[in-house]
Amino acid sequence: MFKVIRDLFRYDGRFRLAAFFLTAVTVMIILSYVSPYDPDKSFVVAMDMPPSPEHIFGTDSRGQDVFWWMTFAMRNSFFMGVITAAVSRVIAILMGLSAGYRGGWLDRFLMSVTDTFVVLPLLPILILLGFLLRDIMNQFLLGFILALFGWPYDARLIRSQVLTLRERAFTRTAVYSGTGPFWITIREHLPFVMPIVLATTINNILWAIGFEVTLSILGLSDLTRPSIGTALYWANQHGALVAGVWWWIAAPTLAAIVLALGLYLLLTSVNDYIDPRTRLRLIGG
Amino acid sequence: MRRFILNYLLPRFVQYLTVIFVGITVTFIIPRLSPTDPVAAQVSMMLARGSALDPQAVQSMRAALTDLYGLSGSPLQQYFAFWGRLLRGDLGPSLGNFPTPVSQMIGQAMPYTLSLLITATLVSWIFGNLFGALSSYYPKNKGLKVVEILGQAVRPIPYYILALVLLVVFAFYIPIFPFSGAYPIGIHPSLSLDFAWIYVQHSFLPAATLVLIGFGGWFIGMKSLTSNIISEDYVVYAETAGLKERKILGNYVMRNGLLPQLTGLAMSLGTVFSGALIMEIVFGFPGIGSLTLVAVYRNDYSMIMGIAIYSIIGVATAMLIMDLIYPLFDPRVRYQ
Amino acid sequence: MALLSVNSLCAYYQTELYGISRTVRAVDGVTFELYPNEIYGLAGESSCGKTTLIKVISGNVKPPLKVISGSVDYQFGSYAVDMLHVPKEDLRRNVRWKEISYVMQGSMSVLNPVRKVIKTFEDIVETHDQITNRREFLEQVTAHINRLGLPTEVLSSYPHQLSGGMKQRVAIALATLFQPSLIIADEPTTALDVVVQRGVLQMIKDIQGASNNTVLLVTHDMAVHANVADRVMIMYAGRIAEEAPTETIFNAPLHPYTQHLIGSLPMIGERSNKAALKGTPPNLANPPSGCRFHPRCPYAMEVCQTTVPDLVLVKQRHRVACHLIKEASA
Repeated sequence: MFKVIRDLFRYDGRFRLAAFFLTAVTVMIILSYVSPYDPDKSFVVAMDMPPSPEHIFGTDSRGQDVFWWMTFAMRNSFFMGVITAAVSRVIAILMGLSAGYRGGWLDRFLMSVTDTFVVLPLLPILILLGFLLRDIMNQFLLGFILALFGWPYDARLIRSQVLTLRERAFTRTAVYSGTGPFWITIREHLPFVMPIVLATTINNILWAIGFEVTLSILGLSDLTRPSIGTALYWANQHGALVAGVWWWIAAPTLAAIVLALGLYLLLTSVNDYIDPRTRLRLIGG
Repeated sequence: MRRFILNYLLPRFVQYLTVIFVGITVTFIIPRLSPTDPVAAQVSMMLARGSALDPQAVQSMRAALTDLYGLSGSPLQQYFAFWGRLLRGDLGPSLGNFPTPVSQMIGQAMPYTLSLLITATLVSWIFGNLFGALSSYYPKNKGLKVVEILGQAVRPIPYYILALVLLVVFAFYIPIFPFSGAYPIGIHPSLSLDFAWIYVQHSFLPAATLVLIGFGGWFIGMKSLTSNIISEDYVVYAETAGLKERKILGNYVMRNGLLPQLTGLAMSLGTVFSGALIMEIVFGFPGIGSLTLVAVYRNDYSMIMGIAIYSIIGVATAMLIMDLIYPLFDPRVRYQ
Repeated sequence: MALLSVNSLCAYYQTELYGISRTVRAVDGVTFELYPNEIYGLAGESSCGKTTLIKVISGNVKPPLKVISGSVDYQFGSYAVDMLHVPKEDLRRNVRWKEISYVMQGSMSVLNPVRKVIKTFEDIVETHDQITNRREFLEQVTAHINRLGLPTEVLSSYPHQLSGGMKQRVAIALATLFQPSLIIADEPTTALDVVVQRGVLQMIKDIQGASNNTVLLVTHDMAVHANVADRVMIMYAGRIAEEAPTETIFNAPLHPYTQHLIGSLPMIGERSNKAALKGTPPNLANPPSGCRFHPRCPYAMEVCQTTVPDLVLVKQRHRVACHLIKEASA
């Protein structure tokens, strides 16, 4: 495991960059636990002050220190993404494994359900949902709802992997030795499926964060909890751009970019390392 | 021919109907999940905004809302009534612009969204695939590597963030492009060259953002597809036979690589659509996205619902069309 | 006058990724000649270097494959070509398909799946010649494939509508379009059933007989060599083990490896057990020292572990690389 990380670090520039970005993200998240300012309190510092040594990212029109507020935002956005990814992994694995292993009518039924979900344009539906649930909406509920829509693509991937595994000799051996289908799925097939799951997890987090930002900006989320999206919402509400309070917009934008790029670079560099076909292609050097 | 229809056309058509059916049913069910009585909440919200409506109007609005929400009669009756209205093209009145019908407002906004969507999708798909294939065929080319890095760097960034950055940079600090809208206030849309130029200027940034984000995705997909295709027998054979590089790239590599990408294009329509909506919101483009924003601010429930329904049908239909076009390109599907 | 002269050819695969470098010595010092009007068989087990040798000979060297040393020289009548240094454009326009053509291993997928067969013919002909009269061109192509036993409908079909044997024959038809001096056939009968195999082999023999060109037939199937080849070369682990006329290879093989190959062929009426060679094919990234066959050779001596045996001419047209033989004639 450490050897993998060491190799990646030494030879893949993307991994180094990803490590740099993600370290910054982690630092911010950790800092949120020692923040001197409470994100729920407003007007605690002078408003609309540009970045300075005392307030690294300046202050906003609500009298809050932008930097410390962003640490909370980073924390909430990231964890929401993780929740989405975790829950949707579970659903994707369940769906993919059962469809792949059982086959027959269950497979076809699950696959048409999956395809339907893949086609649906999510944003209008989510806006509808957000609109109706705005009173009780918060980041965690949003994460959960996103998970309900985020599994189809990955379920498909898992299913095709299981289909190839089903025909392999070790599956037959397990069947003949009397192992029940459930345990075959869990004990024999899951280890093969995990790499796919890991690869798609990061993708899922990115996807979830994207939606969170969009929905929050529209005001369809819990606007009292800091997140990258709500930061932009409040900035828009107070006309930050027009009023010249550019740092209030720049900070969440920067945070989003760092988080997104960090995760993405991690994804591609690890993927290239693991996937044998990419390795073969890179070997030509 | 019959086998083709049975094996290919029929399942896809059934899928199309299923998607629409499921999507619309979901849209139907969702308001019933709301913990509050939507009609009462809606009416009180509208009254609270200070619109001076006489009791008659309030009554008719309440009736329209109940009808719209489909809350009259038993759930099953509601469901059928819902479908009935839908099939007649009646999406109800817009609550923000009472009593303008939702379908009319969507109809006005649609051309803007479509033009943005179609242009951006085509451009990003064509160029993304082209450059992706080239970068795989000529791996040492520095220029292509730069393109790859740029495409990759932009890809994971959420639509809104990128749009914001482009807006600030190119409309604020370096005022090349106009700030918002599709045309300045006071100008009427017309089919003239002048208007067309104004339109292009205004729509450039949102389209460019969509293209940038989409480009990276197609680039990477095509690059890995192509590198697999390059090692396929028929490409090696063509090379051994001495075919010109350009011929191989065009007829052998791209022809085969574009097929899965066509399928991918169909699958990506839902996502691109969402992206286009966001673009419109950021750039104030008078398409469906802006319609959505206004609807959210004004609590125009019927508009939001109408947009949701419209989107589902629209995207599903676009996908069906793509499915129907695909056999024209892949003879393996045509001749079973 | 040799058609092809290969001298001390060394071609390695050099890979480098995540800090790990490997060099696979796929072709390590190969010297041989091809003459006009013969069928030359190249035999050996998997990963003995046959395919790499073919790649270098046909000018298909791509990273990570690299030619380290040696020469590959062609003489097509009065047209001389140094394969390792010829400019790409010359190679493409004058040599490929006109002088050297290729029938690939597993011709199942050599045809572009999204275009009709006739298009592939057009593409190849247009590369080396102009199609001035389309009808004439069609007539010629149709006549060509009919002569090779293929029905005319093949031309207007898509590849997936044809059977494996048909595709293989189309590949041969394509390879003989310009009547090249050298046809390289790489495992042309693998993955075909025996009846079709016979048809393909007959086709190859007929073509060679009619145009008196050279066919380089690469296959691990010794029966095929026995059937069609004039001379056979046995490769092992990137080097030539033995080269001789077919009859000699089958009746009086000198190299222990060849002896084993021939001995392992089943004969009608035979009932005895066949013994397998001990050990496994060598790892070409880290080949055994000296004679690469020594770990598996039943007659291995001390010198075999240290010194590489030279390829010596034992009888007319018969060369062997083995210390046993050197010892005997010394």
